[in-house]
Amino acid sequence: MGYPHPSHPRETVVLSKHFGDPAARTFQGWVQRGGYQAIRKALEMGREPLIELVKQSGLRGRGGAGFPTGLKWSFMPKDDGKPHYLVCNADESEPGTFKDREIMRWTPHQLIEGCLIEAFAIRAERVYIFVRGEFTEIFPILEAALQEAYAGNAAGPNIFGSGVNIDIVVHRGAGAYICGEETAMLNALEGKRGNPRIKPPFPAQAGAFGMPTTVNNVETLAAVPHIVNNGAEWYKGLALGNPKSTGTKLFSVCGHVQRPGNYEVTMGFPMKDLIHDLAGGMRPGRTLKAVIPGGSSVPILTAEEAEACLMDYESIAEKGSMLGSGGMIVMDDTTDIVKTIWRYTKFYAHESCAQCTQCREGTSWTARVLERIIMGQGRTSDLDLLLDLSEQMTGKTICVLSDSCAAPVVSGIRKFRGEFEAYLSGSRAPALQVV
Amino acid sequence: MTHSNASPIEIEAHEPVFVGKTRKQLEALYPSYPTKQALLLPALWLVQETRGWVSEASMAEVGEVLGLTPAYVKGVVTFYTMYHTHPVGRHFIQVCTTSPCGLCGAEETLQAILRESGCAELGTTSPDGRFTVVEVECLGACGFATPIIVNDDFIESVTPERVPGILARYQ
Amino acid sequence: MADTPLVNVTIDGMSVGVPPGTPIIEAAKRAGVLIPHYCYHPSLPSPAVCRMCLVEVEKQPKLAPACVTSVAEGQVVHVNSPKAKAARQGVLEFLLINHPLDCPICDQAGECELQDYVFQEGRSGTRYDEYAKRYNPVEDFGPDILYVPNRCILCTRCVRFMDDVAKAPVLNVSERGDRAFIGIDDSQLLDHPWAGNVVDLCPVGSLLSKDFLHKARAWDLDKTASICPGCTQGCNINIDTRDDVVVRIRPRPNLEVNRHFICDVGRSDYRWLNRGDRIETPLVRQGDRLVASDWDPALDHVAALLETLPGTAVLLASGRAGTESLGLVKRMLGARELVAAVKVFLGEEAPLAGVPNLALRRERIPNLRGAEMLGYTAEWRRALAALPEAGVIVVLDADLDADEMAMLERAPGALVWLGTVLSDAWRRAEAVLPITNMAEENGTYVNRDGRMQRYQQAKGPVGMARPAWWVAGEVLLGRGPDAGAPATGDEAFALLGEYWPAFAGPTYADLGFTGRELATAPAGVGA
Repeated sequence: MGYPHPSHPRETVVLSKHFGDPAARTFQGWVQRGGYQAIRKALEMGREPLIELVKQSGLRGRGGAGFPTGLKWSFMPKDDGKPHYLVCNADESEPGTFKDREIMRWTPHQLIEGCLIEAFAIRAERVYIFVRGEFTEIFPILEAALQEAYAGNAAGPNIFGSGVNIDIVVHRGAGAYICGEETAMLNALEGKRGNPRIKPPFPAQAGAFGMPTTVNNVETLAAVPHIVNNGAEWYKGLALGNPKSTGTKLFSVCGHVQRPGNYEVTMGFPMKDLIHDLAGGMRPGRTLKAVIPGGSSVPILTAEEAEACLMDYESIAEKGSMLGSGGMIVMDDTTDIVKTIWRYTKFYAHESCAQCTQCREGTSWTARVLERIIMGQGRTSDLDLLLDLSEQMTGKTICVLSDSCAAPVVSGIRKFRGEFEAYLSGSRAPALQVV
Repeated sequence: MTHSNASPIEIEAHEPVFVGKTRKQLEALYPSYPTKQALLLPALWLVQETRGWVSEASMAEVGEVLGLTPAYVKGVVTFYTMYHTHPVGRHFIQVCTTSPCGLCGAEETLQAILRESGCAELGTTSPDGRFTVVEVECLGACGFATPIIVNDDFIESVTPERVPGILARYQ
Repeated sequence: MADTPLVNVTIDGMSVGVPPGTPIIEAAKRAGVLIPHYCYHPSLPSPAVCRMCLVEVEKQPKLAPACVTSVAEGQVVHVNSPKAKAARQGVLEFLLINHPLDCPICDQAGECELQDYVFQEGRSGTRYDEYAKRYNPVEDFGPDILYVPNRCILCTRCVRFMDDVAKAPVLNVSERGDRAFIGIDDSQLLDHPWAGNVVDLCPVGSLLSKDFLHKARAWDLDKTASICPGCTQGCNINIDTRDDVVVRIRPRPNLEVNRHFICDVGRSDYRWLNRGDRIETPLVRQGDRLVASDWDPALDHVAALLETLPGTAVLLASGRAGTESLGLVKRMLGARELVAAVKVFLGEEAPLAGVPNLALRRERIPNLRGAEMLGYTAEWRRALAALPEAGVIVVLDADLDADEMAMLERAPGALVWLGTVLSDAWRRAEAVLPITNMAEENGTYVNRDGRMQRYQQAKGPVGMARPAWWVAGEVLLGRGPDAGAPATGDEAFALLGEYWPAFAGPTYADLGFTGRELATAPAGVGA
């Protein structure tokens, strides 16, 4: 549902069915709502059929990368005798995205159950839920839910009498967007600076504490119990056309819409309808100007592109952007595109871990050039400079933070060049004072 | 980094953090991690919860307890923005101003908070020691612009009008 | 031995076969291609953070970091393609935006990898103008090391060295993004016995040696391959001199001995090589005076002494003497009964934890093993005890304390002193012969593992000084061009081999720059 708004009839409510319902937070409440059936089913099913089921369902990572989940699970070794780990990525920090927080604060048991199922499948006896430090409201909720889960024998030793042990630990982050990158998260877990690691080795070979590990997003994990309960065909059926993008997705719609919130729709849903119908459309007298469909790290779409777009991985990619985390930032005609992009580059410059030269220096430089432009001190050569810097920052680093900084810059200049030129020519007044 | 010439009387002796109840809280976490090093972030949180901030002496103490050098601990502390490395006001306010909130009036909310709190500028503490206000990056509540965090309270949908009422709760 | 087949790759058109698992950057070296890099170092773990070594690999969509990408059969790599060069140029431009224009005042100038690569393939001007550069003040990291944050390119070699090689994690990366710098805690400064290596590892002038600060320009230096005379480890070094004065000691790579490192003791203890209080001419006794003399008369005098004087001999030698000198001087004493001792100074051992078999050794002389192989004893007391009875006493530049000098004074035997520096102890000598120190001659040392390594002449002799092996050779075999006395270190070494089978065989050329392990002969055989 588009919490805090009531469910829209055109939503397909699966993960968000109980958003806004405090009773769903408790163990009993969750059981009453059909919870903790899937884990029992999974335990009976066995690991290989379970992994196959998830593969068949077409579930893809909902954190942003869209990697096929079942395939990721299958990378874990079967008989190596080493401890395996599941790390749940609850570091949600991608600007525009606010779905995982809702899953955790309304339906923590949905997440816990997903963790249990995956942990069983990948032979992990310990799950770390890595929650970003700023989620202060969520920690007590999650801890309480875990206590209940342990008390109800759903977590801990010998869950539901199955002989399987699964321990779940909440690990608190301390303020770093980069920890949402899976290998940086593993470093933060291990008590190190949150620097992304070079791959190979991949986490399934050497992850947390050097052991085979799988990292999955909260929303991905939350979908798992439903897939186990209802089957792969059901999940695949929740796709409006493109067979490679199945199931539902929580789209976090924010910015210039009347009803910002999380909307759960099937993959392939028309973006135009999501914005103008479900999310209430523009404020009075305003028109749509631009949309960032998947969190600030993906290219910007013009209004025309957005309104012609279906929301699945492939369709958005065809339009030159990415579905990413599904954080939809909607911008109307009051938006200063250049200033908005500048503020994104400041974000990336703040969050760069400092390992790679291009990212460490380039994010800051990009932000400074844009700052000069909106101060009215830009030069005509600045646009080519920005494009050149963005080229240098793309495809050349350990992780994609610098690519993410470049994406809005490149797409912004390409699609809204006029706005930049207005600043450069002086026909637009500076948005910032010269300091 | 700077070499202080403060006389011994001015430097307060460090009261250990990891004694009694806090020590037990830390030790309760030991079985959850295969290495002592992995306890670093949780230990630093315990320090901040107990003392309000993480001093260099605390960093050295954490290092001793976990078998890490002070330089190592410092390197980790300075990476993560949520650990305060100097004292802050009684109430610490974090305001999100990243673009999605920026599109929805975060600037105005930030200015209102600065005014109402009495802080001269971002990052400083108000003269009465009550508030420190900082600008932070995306808090992951973009649909509830503008979110702020005061101490451990996550408050959504803050507008300039709501600011006086919210801040009044924090004395 | 390698039955595993080599992996064949082509790098910039040159084909090489390398063992599987070799990173492209190392394979490229075999192909004669240097891939520009900063953070990579063969003795450190690779983090692939500087991004300089990105190369184009055919059939791969993205550029690959050569330091962490292993070779694959049939790979075709382009180091100098337009794409790879453009990427490097980008990295260099990014590195320079916050880097100060310090070259005129920076010690690293002339041996700076940033200068080198920017000159080779960087942009001719920066596009980062009208912006302030990040500024941080210089910091004192400890006994010998300064950190200049403004120049730091965050390659993290220093941090990785202290973490993984020295196993003393006292350096960190502090902060994040372009605010990052190398940090240290006041409670644990950089006083580790091997910490000086971070100065060499630093590709730019960010970590500096206070000892070398503003002392000499890199392009004024002459560099000579040598061996550290500080202990029995035998680390390979370069002696840097300017105008015949030793100004710096730096490690020289030897994967069998010291990899890329030397300890701070060896690094800092070079001033004795520059001492000015030298014996400059041969001195010969005439009655109650010592009179300056030419070499020939002095050598004749010594030869005559040794021929005519009866009795036992005592030979007190410095452990810094080269093998040729130790051997030939001993031989010079002829067939008489002899106690030959080498003085061993002791200190604390300081291993470099991350490298096997590498430490600052307790025995603080470079040639103990060589001396023992030649029949010298380390029991200094034994030699001192034999002094009163000795007919002939030869001192080979030994460093004597006041008591030892007094014993020498009292001993009745004829004293011949081969030495470098002035001393009161030779006032009663029959002859005083000026010799070169190890920086002024060619010679060899044998380290504690039996590795024979060459040290080379780095600066000119002072006055009329000659190598001790030359002196001994002349006395032994006679003066004049037809006498056959060794004129070069190589010849002295060959002569040594004639008397001691353990040293027979290899020539200086065989020893090369990294030395060779000798089959050990029991001490004293063939003496």
